[in-house]
Amino acid sequence: MNSRSVEILVGVFMALFLLAMAILVLKVSNLASFSGNTGYSLYASFENIGGLKARAPVTASGVKVGQVSRIEYDPQTFQANVTLTIKDEFREFPEDTTASIYTAGLLGEQYIGLEPGAEEIFLEPEDEISLTQSALVLERLIGQVLLNR
Amino acid sequence: MTNWFQRFGAAWITVFERLGRAHLFMLQMLLALPGTFRRFGLIVKQLFATGVMTLAIILVAGLFVGMVLALQGYNTLVGFGAEESLGALVALTLVRELGPVVTGLLFAGRAGSAMTAEIGLMKATEQLSGLEMMAVDPFQRVFSPRMIAGFIALPALAAMFSAVGVLGGHLVGVELLGVDAGAYWSQMQSAVGFEHDVLNGLIKSVVFGFVVCWIAIFEGADCIPTSEGVSSATTRTVVYSSLAVLGLDFLLTALMF
Repeated sequence: MNSRSVEILVGVFMALFLLAMAILVLKVSNLASFSGNTGYSLYASFENIGGLKARAPVTASGVKVGQVSRIEYDPQTFQANVTLTIKDEFREFPEDTTASIYTAGLLGEQYIGLEPGAEEIFLEPEDEISLTQSALVLERLIGQVLLNR
Repeated sequence: MTNWFQRFGAAWITVFERLGRAHLFMLQMLLALPGTFRRFGLIVKQLFATGVMTLAIILVAGLFVGMVLALQGYNTLVGFGAEESLGALVALTLVRELGPVVTGLLFAGRAGSAMTAEIGLMKATEQLSGLEMMAVDPFQRVFSPRMIAGFIALPALAAMFSAVGVLGGHLVGVELLGVDAGAYWSQMQSAVGFEHDVLNGLIKSVVFGFVVCWIAIFEGADCIPTSEGVSSATTRTVVYSSLAVLGLDFLLTALMF
């Protein structure tokens, strides 16, 4: 085999490598769908976040508008501080927006749902959402049902 | 009794001697790298011999592994009513584990053995000594280009393996078994992260490429220069590099995930 066709085949090989990487990056992993921290941050404190994890989706009316970028425990307030990264095109959430933790399906992953309120003033980047609703913990719910009987 | 201890000790000394020689050999190969990069044509030629020639077996293997994963995963997941998660299962298994590992094993069998046999025969027919006679460094000319080629080829092949496997999973899971296509891809995308999964898989395959080529080239250059010596060196390459891939995979997985 002469060196020209060797070089052509090696070129094709490397092009296939790039194609495979492109498939892995764009189709398989979530790098392209929401890349890192392009967006603005909002904060919310929850009594109990249940099984919420970083990278969980943030939705408004069921549409994904961002994701959870960080979760940490605040020893002063005994609450979980959650940082939400919202895409820039979804700017205008009223100040009395409620952030609640929901579960997708019975055993599915948990996500944060935003329900806009009626306030005329909008949340600015880096603001805190003051109205929050914790995750429903199944054991606590069962305990309440047993106690109320 | 002392005889037994003597033999036991001698066996260990042989092992450590070989290990030491292998590491010195690697050092010499690394030192020869700058000279090798000036002969870029040699790397391209070796990339053809190791990468392009292994492409067909990798693509076929990847397709079938992805299809089997989808089939097995579907049968297990459907019992929990969670067949929507099939995409996540197939993609994570491939990207994290099977892509780099199976590619490493196939690469050791297909390209590593060929490398050892070629270099071993060069040694047996005294071509390597001939190069040294002409003041051509065999490390720059023969060994290092193979090393670099393997170093590039294995991650490339592993990425192709994973990509084709995911498509094979789509073929069986979505087209054949009727999992929703949207769920297959969206579950996959929400489960697979770029740094955590894709990049770590790539790092794994880079490590495997390095180790497999190192073992293959060293076994070739260190073999007894007879036809029997070359054949046993080739066998050793496949055995050692397969074990090294599996052992290192455990180590890397424990460190990464």
